[in-house]
Amino acid sequence: MLNKTVKKIIEKSRSLGWVLEPDAKAIMKLQGFDIPDSVLTNSFKTAGQFLKNCKSPVVAKAVSKKILHKTEQSAVVTGIISSDHLKNEMERLKKLVGCEAILVEEMVQGIEVIIGAKNDFQFGPVIVFGIGGTSVEIYNDTAVRMAPLNSNDVLSMAESLKAKQILFGYRGKTGVNMESLTHLLVNFSLFVMEQENNIESVDLNPVMCTKEQCVIVDARIMLQSS
Amino acid sequence: MDLKYLFRPSTMAVIGVSTSHDNHPANVIYNKNHLRYPVKTFPVNPRGGIFNRETLYQGIEDIQENIDLAVIAVRADFVPGVVEQCIQKGVGGAVIISGGFAESGNLKLQQRVADMAKEASFPFVGPNCLGIYAPDYVDTFFLPGERIIRPDKGNVGFVSQSGGVLVDQMVKFAGQGIGISLAVSIGNKACIRETDMLDWLDQDLETRVIAFYVEGFEKGEGREFIKKTEQCSKPVVILKAGKSKKGIEAVSSHTASLAGDYRVFSEIMKQYCVAEADNEYELTSFCEALSCYPKGIEGNIGIITLSGGHGVIAADVCEQHGITIPGIDPATIDTIKEKLSPEIRNIASLVNPLDLTGSSVDCDIVTSARHLSRDANIECIMALLIPYSPGISTDIGAKLSQVARNEGKPMIAYVPNEDKYKIIIEGFELNNIPVASSVDGAVLMAKALMRCRPC
Repeated sequence: MLNKTVKKIIEKSRSLGWVLEPDAKAIMKLQGFDIPDSVLTNSFKTAGQFLKNCKSPVVAKAVSKKILHKTEQSAVVTGIISSDHLKNEMERLKKLVGCEAILVEEMVQGIEVIIGAKNDFQFGPVIVFGIGGTSVEIYNDTAVRMAPLNSNDVLSMAESLKAKQILFGYRGKTGVNMESLTHLLVNFSLFVMEQENNIESVDLNPVMCTKEQCVIVDARIMLQSS
Repeated sequence: MDLKYLFRPSTMAVIGVSTSHDNHPANVIYNKNHLRYPVKTFPVNPRGGIFNRETLYQGIEDIQENIDLAVIAVRADFVPGVVEQCIQKGVGGAVIISGGFAESGNLKLQQRVADMAKEASFPFVGPNCLGIYAPDYVDTFFLPGERIIRPDKGNVGFVSQSGGVLVDQMVKFAGQGIGISLAVSIGNKACIRETDMLDWLDQDLETRVIAFYVEGFEKGEGREFIKKTEQCSKPVVILKAGKSKKGIEAVSSHTASLAGDYRVFSEIMKQYCVAEADNEYELTSFCEALSCYPKGIEGNIGIITLSGGHGVIAADVCEQHGITIPGIDPATIDTIKEKLSPEIRNIASLVNPLDLTGSSVDCDIVTSARHLSRDANIECIMALLIPYSPGISTDIGAKLSQVARNEGKPMIAYVPNEDKYKIIIEGFELNNIPVASSVDGAVLMAKALMRCRPC
């Protein structure tokens, strides 16, 4: 059942070459990973209701087959607390190229990490883990390991980062929940092994980690050209 | 496929021996094996003729005896025919020296040879290679014996995609007193590849360390290789060429751009405890250290020196390579201090790195090494022995080796590589203690022992 749904989503996305964020997140949820509460809609009424029920600010994102990198196209708005703000931004996002719907999500706080996968020519699936966010390529503070990972691999990846203290807690700030992080990375690596023949690369960036949990805030799955 | 006929042949045919061209690769190979190796060698040329007052065989089938190894040094177009004859005769395997295959665009010709061999379970090395140097058994390098420097027989197995790198590395091994159990240039690796060599060297009793020079693997082959290293009972050292980012195209995901091809390679080597050497010097140091100490350490080194400067230099280089120079237990310091000669007791600096000064004598060094070895904070002793001061005897190498053996902790020495200090160097090396010819070299040896990062 689980695999069937994943397969269905992948087949549906094959012609596009990548899996849209809501679908990618649905796949991650099926693996048992945490994603933010959200609503996918074009209706301001639905979105407004979601904001009203939400305990935290919300994020609005344009879902478009033509927008692979959302930040560059200003297709993400964070920290929305008022319904006016939400309405204005929804109007703007809808006008972006190819926008099909707006994904409105609760805004999750935490330490931003990147979890990624790549199908390497020589080694097959490899996993990348490091400090995440939109500047990830500038810092490039990441570790790479061959999938599948075990819990020792996860610990050694975290230990090898320059900014490891951020993960383990620094100057009175709490770090991440290593148990959740390990669970996520190990199972993500198993998922990637399973989908070796479909996937070219995956970016879960950012994943927001706190001392309680790790939540996948953005997900993108690039598919192999068939 | 059984590779024993390749690496331990009793009989060998050299195909392509020329009656007119003395420096032809086949002639060089025939001569050196015929004259200097126990392998019984037969010269073959389809045109026949006389060479060195011997009649050339016109085909491998004309040789009465069974042939273990065929060395093929004929024009590329003739190679499939020769391989066919070898298979028909039941030859055990071949080294195909000839070039003119995949490296010059003739992929089809190479594939034809590979397919024939595969069908017949006929192992071959090459094409486009130097082949095999198995000390005391066989040498298929087409380089005249007087031109190359051969390391002694030893315990490092070395496999190289490049023949030139292999020969050059052998010079470096010889210079550092590192011996070879087997050196193989696999060239275009159309049949025998790194993974096959890893299997062979893992079960080879004469090999203790397995070293590779690799340019690249085929699709998925890196995973197969690394899985084999995980099962391998011996330390594996690798030198990778082709690290540039040229191969990385414009990429559409963060992950792909963060994890370039070389980055992936390098990190996976670390993950699976393969010691990746950054350059040929590291390769040399790693092989020497790991042939003596196959077990890994976390990287806590105790340094003993007779010169403060050497201690500082070593500490700097250690830091660059992520090696720790931990504090010593005060009880260890007290014990050492109590046992030092009265002349140096108050001038020696007993913090790590220990500076025993130029006034120290053998006994001071031995005592320090013994008690430093017993300190729980120290995993490995580095003895920087500058043998210029009069208190140091020629026995210091042998004496310190004894300490290392008794205490059971790795020891690495630095002694200047000069003829007059050979007796000290041999005192270490004959007792299986690695000796570097520079402070940097000694630190690289310690780095090799850290190949497994603590999890």
